[in-house]
Amino acid sequence: MANYLIKRILMLFPLLIGITLITFTVIHLAPGEPVEMQTAMSPKVSAESRARLREFYGLDKPLHVQYGMWLSNLARLDFGRSFAPDNRPVLDKITERIPITISLNVIALILQFGLAMPIGILAAVHRDTLLDRAISVFVFLGFAVPTFWLALLCMYFFGVKLSWLPISGIHSLGSEHLPPLERFWDMARHLILPVAIATFGSLAGLSRYMRSTMLEVLSQDYITTARAKGVKERIVIYKHALKNALLPVITLLGFSLPGLIGGSVIFETIFSIPGMGQLFYQGVMARDYPLVMGILVIGACLTLVGNLLADLCYAFADPRIRHGRG
Amino acid sequence: MRFSRRLTLLCAALVFAGCTSSAPEEKARVKGGVPAGGDALVTGSIGEPSNLIPILSADSASSDVAGRVYNGLVRYDKNLKLEGDLAQSWEVSRDGLEITFHLRRGVKWHDGQGFTSRDVLYTYRVTIDPKTPTAYAEDFKQVQSAQAIDPYTFRVRYAKPFAPALASWGMPILPAHLLEGKEITKSPLSRSPIGTGPFVFKEWVPGQRVTLERFPDYFEGAPLLSRYIYRIIPDSSTMYMELKAGGIDMMGLSPVQYQRQTDTKEFLARFNKYRYPASAYTYLGYNLRLPLFQDVRVRQAITRAINKEEIVQGVLLGMGQISHGPYKPGTWAYKDKVDADPAYDPARAAALLKEAGFVMGKDGILVKDGKPLSFTIMTNQGNDQRLKCAQIIQRRLKTVGIDVKIRVMEWASFLTNFIDKGRFEAVLLGWTIGQDPDLYDVWHSSKTGPKELNFIGYKNPELDRLIVEGRGTFDTEKRRACYHQIQEILAQDQPYTFLYVPDALPVVSSRIQGVEPAPAGIMHNLIKWRVKAD
Repeated sequence: MANYLIKRILMLFPLLIGITLITFTVIHLAPGEPVEMQTAMSPKVSAESRARLREFYGLDKPLHVQYGMWLSNLARLDFGRSFAPDNRPVLDKITERIPITISLNVIALILQFGLAMPIGILAAVHRDTLLDRAISVFVFLGFAVPTFWLALLCMYFFGVKLSWLPISGIHSLGSEHLPPLERFWDMARHLILPVAIATFGSLAGLSRYMRSTMLEVLSQDYITTARAKGVKERIVIYKHALKNALLPVITLLGFSLPGLIGGSVIFETIFSIPGMGQLFYQGVMARDYPLVMGILVIGACLTLVGNLLADLCYAFADPRIRHGRG
Repeated sequence: MRFSRRLTLLCAALVFAGCTSSAPEEKARVKGGVPAGGDALVTGSIGEPSNLIPILSADSASSDVAGRVYNGLVRYDKNLKLEGDLAQSWEVSRDGLEITFHLRRGVKWHDGQGFTSRDVLYTYRVTIDPKTPTAYAEDFKQVQSAQAIDPYTFRVRYAKPFAPALASWGMPILPAHLLEGKEITKSPLSRSPIGTGPFVFKEWVPGQRVTLERFPDYFEGAPLLSRYIYRIIPDSSTMYMELKAGGIDMMGLSPVQYQRQTDTKEFLARFNKYRYPASAYTYLGYNLRLPLFQDVRVRQAITRAINKEEIVQGVLLGMGQISHGPYKPGTWAYKDKVDADPAYDPARAAALLKEAGFVMGKDGILVKDGKPLSFTIMTNQGNDQRLKCAQIIQRRLKTVGIDVKIRVMEWASFLTNFIDKGRFEAVLLGWTIGQDPDLYDVWHSSKTGPKELNFIGYKNPELDRLIVEGRGTFDTEKRRACYHQIQEILAQDQPYTFLYVPDALPVVSSRIQGVEPAPAGIMHNLIKWRVKAD
């Protein structure tokens, strides 16, 4: 087991370098470069000042030299400075935005799993009844409705018409002077709409998945056996069936780890949430190479680690796999 | 429920009243007499500022904030005339080569230091310093020498008379005592600026807001507003809802919002709407390197086939005016009636095309030498108005037998792959109209190289001569004559079909008083704005 683990971890490094090489090339293949985005169509910019800017950012060097410099900086955990006019360290820009994205995603993830699993179980147990169909309609409605449209409607209804909830942002103006508890409550109120809408939109996939694994388990022989020997239906479902049906869902949870640092651009834009999605989008549109590379490297690391963890968890949770490997 | 209701009230109170700092203003109001200053103005901004050292950034959010925090030597007044800002007055020598600025005395930086000519000299030097990554060095490079004669006199000398020079000294002046000898790109001032302007930088919460506070020692008198807050709201629909919910006091409306969604009694009681021409125009530009567009009759025919009035109605819902040249109606360089301007006249367009050798083909498309008269209009992604414009043009040109295709491209690819390489037929784009009417960069024949702004390749020696003459004199009357003639030539040649100048449509909460619309817009007397005392 330990051997296997070490091998897997060692494999991560060439993989990571491969990923950075590919992404670096791909970003540079996109037409336009940072200087271009800042200076294009401006009457005040001469060829000379453009050259000056290119030199400042090191864009005048050959591509492989740029990559080498970037990689050697990365080895020292230096993500470089952003090519945006603010020229701030990439790490600063990421760290000031990552907390809000992670907390939003974690809350949404908990809600998603917390709601989708019971919904899926309910649908499976009451298969083909009116309840099952109603649930299908509800979750697919969430899946099909464009989130930005629903978000705008909810903002208008709860924010403008009823004035129950704040419309956008994550704090009220002046909330920094509130006592901690009220400040927290202020923030919670700001998060109600975004979290609710994000959750609603993603119920469908997970609950359907839960429903089908549950149905599969319910048709197994050991369930029939359990029922035959007179175990109560409640216990059959929540003890015998659920445990087994949860296995694949746990792996799914493992895979959603890297998604925690990603944010949706549309979503964050509509709710004015200063998260990672917006940062990444702006980075790409402005061809801010160091920023884009920084976010991608962190994302790639998390994905690799998430995959590893998911594999390990799976082996841990499922004795068949553990024994098969041992 | 009760708890939440109370909090709603609390939040609303915070938004409207401003919290701790409103206490002193309360007292001022009780004293009576002059209108009491106080409270905050909250405005929405689509973009987040990038860098608050103005020479290092080029985005409008940064320059907007920087415009409240810094001053230049000169500025444009509410009637778009140059007036002194940090300079009390100035003289231009008789040969037009030397400008002497007499600086205002007693002006203080936000940290209490005095402002002197040393700051001006520093700003000039750091801008032209090759190590400074700035996009704004160009105008200052025309300067032959600059000297601080005494703490309150600053003199620049140019190699030849250069009229836009004066306006270029509207560049925000930076504090030498905080920056001199330091690397400007690493300066903390880019995140917390110190200027001489009416508002002092207070705080910047990334992705959320920038807060400015009034500067009590401002040389024109302290602003009446206690705070000026930019909330960063990247989506315009969200911003509009924030406006209606009372979360912001001010924003720019779209034509649809202005015309269709805000004409209710309730809205008009809570907000004041303003409308004046924006400093921008939209045009259809032709690649003059292509044989098709080298024929002036073809360009004129296209312009005659396009109903500009219809575009203004259809795209802007009437919130704009048609244009026939590169200037804003109402400014001094603008020529009201351009004789050569080809008016909408499809019959004339057909005649011109016939004259140019095109005959009607079977499918209703004109043909010349076996080739159909067909071209592609390209425009950038994300600008719905431009796309609509292109569609209306497409339909109109079809009626005279011109086949138009439309292609929408992401901005960076559009510039790099198509504009810079000259690989386009026609483009639908817009320009900002600068305060100074000089047209050198966009229209002079020397600016047709790669990445230069005369990318359509327009060359006209007569126009070149007039441009150079216009920027070479400080005499407004002489300049006006040049620019009027330029507008006639452009109308005759139609290198662009000038389409329209849209209106700026700001809306301000009616709790804000003292807003005074003028040709320059509404922001010119910001320091006199105040919040209505209830």
